[in-house]
Amino acid sequence: MSALLLARIQFALTVGFHFLFPAMTLGVTLVILISETGYLIKKEERYRRITDFLARLLGLIFVIGAATGLTMEFSFGTNWSNYSRAVGDIFGPLLAAEGVIAFFLESVFVGVLIFARDRVSPKVYWLSALLVFIGGHLSAFWIIVANSWMQTPAGYAVDAAGKIALTSFADAVFNPSTHVRFIHTVLAAWMTGAVMVAGIAGYYVRKGLHGQTARTMLKIGIVLFALTPVLQLGAGHMHAIEVINMQPEKAAALEGHFVTSRGVPLYAVGWVDTASETTYGISVPKLLSFLYNFDFNSEIKGLRDFPKAHWPPVNLVFQAYHVMVGIGMLAIALGLLGAFLLVTGRLYQTRWYLFVLPFLIPLPHLAHETGWMTAEIGRQPWIIYGLMKTADAASVVVSAGNVLFSLVMFSLIYLLLFVMFVMLCVKLVKQGPAS
Amino acid sequence: METIQNFQILWYALIFVLLLGYSLLDGFDLGIGSLLPFLGRDKEERDTLIHSIGPVWDGNEVWLITGGGALFAAFPQAYATAFSGFYVAMMLVLFALIFRAVSMEFRAHDAVRAGLWEKALVAGSAVATVLFGVALGNVIYGVPLDPRMEYTGDFLTLLRPVPLLFGLTGLAAVLLQGAAWAVMKTEGALQQRAFKAVRILLGVNGAVAILYFIVMAASFPGLTDRPLFYAGVLLTLLGLVGLFFSVRRQNDGAPFWESSCSFIGLWLVAGAAQFPNLIKASNDPRLSLTIFNSSTGLHTLKVMSVIALIGMPIVIGYTVFVYRIFKGKTRPSGSY
Repeated sequence: MSALLLARIQFALTVGFHFLFPAMTLGVTLVILISETGYLIKKEERYRRITDFLARLLGLIFVIGAATGLTMEFSFGTNWSNYSRAVGDIFGPLLAAEGVIAFFLESVFVGVLIFARDRVSPKVYWLSALLVFIGGHLSAFWIIVANSWMQTPAGYAVDAAGKIALTSFADAVFNPSTHVRFIHTVLAAWMTGAVMVAGIAGYYVRKGLHGQTARTMLKIGIVLFALTPVLQLGAGHMHAIEVINMQPEKAAALEGHFVTSRGVPLYAVGWVDTASETTYGISVPKLLSFLYNFDFNSEIKGLRDFPKAHWPPVNLVFQAYHVMVGIGMLAIALGLLGAFLLVTGRLYQTRWYLFVLPFLIPLPHLAHETGWMTAEIGRQPWIIYGLMKTADAASVVVSAGNVLFSLVMFSLIYLLLFVMFVMLCVKLVKQGPAS
Repeated sequence: METIQNFQILWYALIFVLLLGYSLLDGFDLGIGSLLPFLGRDKEERDTLIHSIGPVWDGNEVWLITGGGALFAAFPQAYATAFSGFYVAMMLVLFALIFRAVSMEFRAHDAVRAGLWEKALVAGSAVATVLFGVALGNVIYGVPLDPRMEYTGDFLTLLRPVPLLFGLTGLAAVLLQGAAWAVMKTEGALQQRAFKAVRILLGVNGAVAILYFIVMAASFPGLTDRPLFYAGVLLTLLGLVGLFFSVRRQNDGAPFWESSCSFIGLWLVAGAAQFPNLIKASNDPRLSLTIFNSSTGLHTLKVMSVIALIGMPIVIGYTVFVYRIFKGKTRPSGSY
């Protein structure tokens, strides 16, 4: 295998693994902020127990997120040095800003959240929860900006020597896909936290453990689980329209759409045969055109309008996208069902629903992993859309043997981290909120 | 041209401060991690030591993350050359830091394998410390570069005597930071053992620092003409002499600051030798990566300056606030 391919596999593995943890961090800190606000206002023990329990869980999540996040910052220099040389003007500042403006805030106050319950007043503790929440979301913002700039670059000029120079920081930061991508990603993270909390609390309630604390936790989880997928429907829709406008060949790949036409169908499931340029599957006629601008006959560009060399791996993108959307639809149904059971007062007695909840915990992860694959594989062959090819971005001096060594090491270490994480999470859940 | 040079010098100084801040703050975390089996005789003592850094180490590590980001933002050519050129060493740093980070958390939750995670903490801390010093020694002492700014050596090139001396000097300084932190944060028998460690490390640091100054002066013609060199030497010696008297008086607060002072002196000497190089080319000085040929454009440097000069004072402000929350002696049972 070539050094380039190995470097791509390594990046996919390390960022895919890392992504699990910040997603949980954002979601869990949201629930912590809610329960701690409840504690501050109502002074009831159950809220305090929820926070303390989730803070212990957050300790585990956060440390793995931070440790594997460092890998990402190193990797642009270690494995993608040609990319780094080209984009230092724009990409570097975004990572530096993430450190100064966001990650410091999150990391410094997460220590208070996990260790200082007895050392600070409830107000300072609540403030720390708020600052960790804000810091985490600002971190996500800057990283999303960096990614969005690779998708829809703006605020730059290419000089005579071929170097990419910053012309407007504001344009680079608020490039055309930043807003929608940020909202889409944060909602996915909140859903991840909601399902995690609801899953754990659902298990407690079904087993009759931790009484009022577990029921309150379940209530918070279910309310968020009902809200976030529905909001995501809107955010995802906005994001899809942005992709159709800004990255039409990616949009065409999402639906396996080859010939520019009007009244384009939307596939529920399917299979794309790129060789014969045919897409098979179950589809709703004209729905994609309708969703684009609420006109059943609007025109959607097909892949044939673009050079074949600029097509992403179409079927892979199609499948990843449809898995994500499928999970989103399932989440809407199950979240709303949970809210219905809650409102009608049957949530705590509906045993089959409580039984199912813990098994849903991996689903949001699967959704954002496939969503991320859709965005990143859909951008290929570009590393910066329209500007720089992935094939030109890798380090020159790093041999395939070197990357193979690090890839094997990352695989082993991350497998160990994953096994330990799951094992210790299960242990923490069994210990439960301190009584 | 005059303006961009001012910003390039400013960013050299800012990255210097970020890495210095990292070495002082995560220095004591790494020092505690490396010294764990020597200072902590039983589980309770090791709990105390780990709890003394538990709430703050991840904030401290952000100094490295921000320093790396700042290097990328201000001098992307140097970031790209060093990180890709020192590939295997950088990967080992990463693996070491990953184990250092997760081992403390896993140890707290996984009593059965606590001993194993302690070993991971010790190894991760010590390996990362030595490699940081060796990497820094290489960019200062010089490595072979080609006209495309790419590194042409291999892993073994990094392990020459002078860079290894940097690794040793860094390790000695970090161990002293850790021991001095332990003196400040612990009591009783554990604290007495930490005092003993400080006394031993004081001698080690004195010897290593003098060797480091002599080798630096011999390796860098013109270094002894720079006032910064003497400021660094003086600061290190002052720190170590002060430390000697503080330890004799059993003063438990001052050693950490005196150790930090000595560490800053080592950094100043390194900076005096390096400026304005970022990565010196050992084969041909004209191929060196300097702050002038490796930086981003003026616009980027200006934007970054605004962010850093507003952001960093705020960061330092709330970092001090949080350190004050955890002020005083650490008890073995934390909030785990």
